[in-house]
Amino acid sequence: MSAPAPTLFSPAAKEIAQSLGLSLGKANLDVFADTVLSLARGNRDVLAVTSDSRGSGKLGPFGQALPKQIVEVGIAEQNLVGIAAGLASCGKIVFATSPACFLTARSLEQIKNDVCYSDMPVKLVGISAGVSYGALGTTHHSLHDLAVLRAINNVNIVVPADNVETVAAIRVAARMKKPFYLRFGKAPMYALPRSESFELGKATVIRDGGDLAFLATGETVIHALLAAERLGRERGMNCRVVSVHTIKPLDESAILAAGACGKVITVEEHMIHGGLGEACAAALMRAGVACRFRMAGIPDEYTVTGAQADIFRHYGLSMEGLSQLALELT
Amino acid sequence: MPLTDQQLRLKSVQYRRQLLHYIHLAGAGHTGGSLSSVDILNVLYNRVMNVSPANFASPDRDRYVQSKGHSVESLFVVLADKGFYPLGELETLCHYKSHFVGHPTRKVPGVEMNTGALGHGLPVATGMAIGAKLDEKAYRVYTLLGDGELAEGSNWEAAMAAAHYKLDNLFVVIDHNTLQITGRTREVCSNDPLDAKWAAFGFTIREVDGHDIHALTRALADAPAPGKPTVVIANTVKGRGISFMEDVGKWHHGVPSDAELAKAMAELDRAEQALKEAAR
Repeated sequence: MSAPAPTLFSPAAKEIAQSLGLSLGKANLDVFADTVLSLARGNRDVLAVTSDSRGSGKLGPFGQALPKQIVEVGIAEQNLVGIAAGLASCGKIVFATSPACFLTARSLEQIKNDVCYSDMPVKLVGISAGVSYGALGTTHHSLHDLAVLRAINNVNIVVPADNVETVAAIRVAARMKKPFYLRFGKAPMYALPRSESFELGKATVIRDGGDLAFLATGETVIHALLAAERLGRERGMNCRVVSVHTIKPLDESAILAAGACGKVITVEEHMIHGGLGEACAAALMRAGVACRFRMAGIPDEYTVTGAQADIFRHYGLSMEGLSQLALELT
Repeated sequence: MPLTDQQLRLKSVQYRRQLLHYIHLAGAGHTGGSLSSVDILNVLYNRVMNVSPANFASPDRDRYVQSKGHSVESLFVVLADKGFYPLGELETLCHYKSHFVGHPTRKVPGVEMNTGALGHGLPVATGMAIGAKLDEKAYRVYTLLGDGELAEGSNWEAAMAAAHYKLDNLFVVIDHNTLQITGRTREVCSNDPLDAKWAAFGFTIREVDGHDIHALTRALADAPAPGKPTVVIANTVKGRGISFMEDVGKWHHGVPSDAELAKAMAELDRAEQALKEAAR
């Protein structure tokens, strides 16, 4: 009998999620595929371009339903992005879909020149991002993508936290004639409680509070929320949790508001260099906001081996790890 | 009225004059490759493609992507002649805040894609050609590559896809001047046998003298083999038209001095005179 798969949520974390009434939804990647298919059914200009990635991008049903709207380029990521730019120049709404690790490294020059510099409204979709591929190792991890794309002009960068943000981000990207990078993982995500609807460039407050703020992005937001809840129950702390789904343009006012709490922890499934944490630190420094500050993410070292859940736990990207970090800050 | 071969030859002389003038004025430019590619651009824009300021927003226009973006000066003078902007605007070439930088950008009217990093034009052109097929449009897509540029692997990724998608609306033109910045392409990293490579990738091969207006016209305009992309291997001379620049590597991005410019202009005057006399 094989060992049980490691899980992203400890029994205690699951219990808190349950007590909050949170339900586990689909993987954002699945929601991406469903949403793009529904957009494409109503508009033949909506295309998926894949680099032997329709399976990993969950685009098999798309290819079967709309074979004329999927362009397969084979295992050739540079060509994927170049062809996507050419198609976009013809008015196509192109979702260039490939594992984030390859899309944002091997094709970086095509992203920089053919998409961003040429202002071609390609939707770059980085699938199985961060450490989603877990034990496949560093070749398959994308811990650099936010850093490199932040350094390129003219691209919106969106990292949805749950299914709701995923659907909204895809619809906004399809509507806007600008380059986008969308980053999805493949683990099922809890639906986050929210009162605000998704707005590009405006971070969403998931839980209000004034003692400490978690500024989290993507699939780490849920862990920050569970940590905040636990700290409230066990320590009486009132922690704010913000989903910074748009990394560019960054919602600086939400970051400054978080800084006013006096303690800020940034959380990301990314190397701590060049990602959300450093972007927030820069925004706080520019505004002269002094606060206690920590960045949770993957440090600059050979990433520990294991499943995504192992890696998250090892680096403290969990309810337990983040609540511990918060206590160290107080 | 269609232009005659003679009129196009005279235009080529004029383009050479203009691009040398503006490179000299800017103190920068890719002289050798602009001179080797200018006859190709002349034929494309004045005889083969349906591209003009009047139709540049039309989805039915032909597309041109200059993958060897560094030879931008030949493109800039041809676009000016086509009426996309006044020629005099090239006085700002490489100046502070000018759109006329050292590689094509879409801020310059008439430019389809920002290029300059090598190995990008063919993938983008392939996407445009797939777009034409999806929309059942008749336009053609032309992209100009350098021969040194063929070492970039992305070209061959796109070549595979172009054949796979049976893109007979795609024409790859190689400015085969056999020189790159370090020296002879054959010695730097040989791409021989060039024709056999493209044939193996599924292209129809058309090999021509890249300075022969008539031969270029046929190679660029004739109907393609159905279901196959076309490569036009245009055998050219780097620095073509100026005796002391021809086939000399240092003119890759050499800028003529005042004296060299005067000498070059005198040679072009004589070439123009000879063309006119031959036509009498």
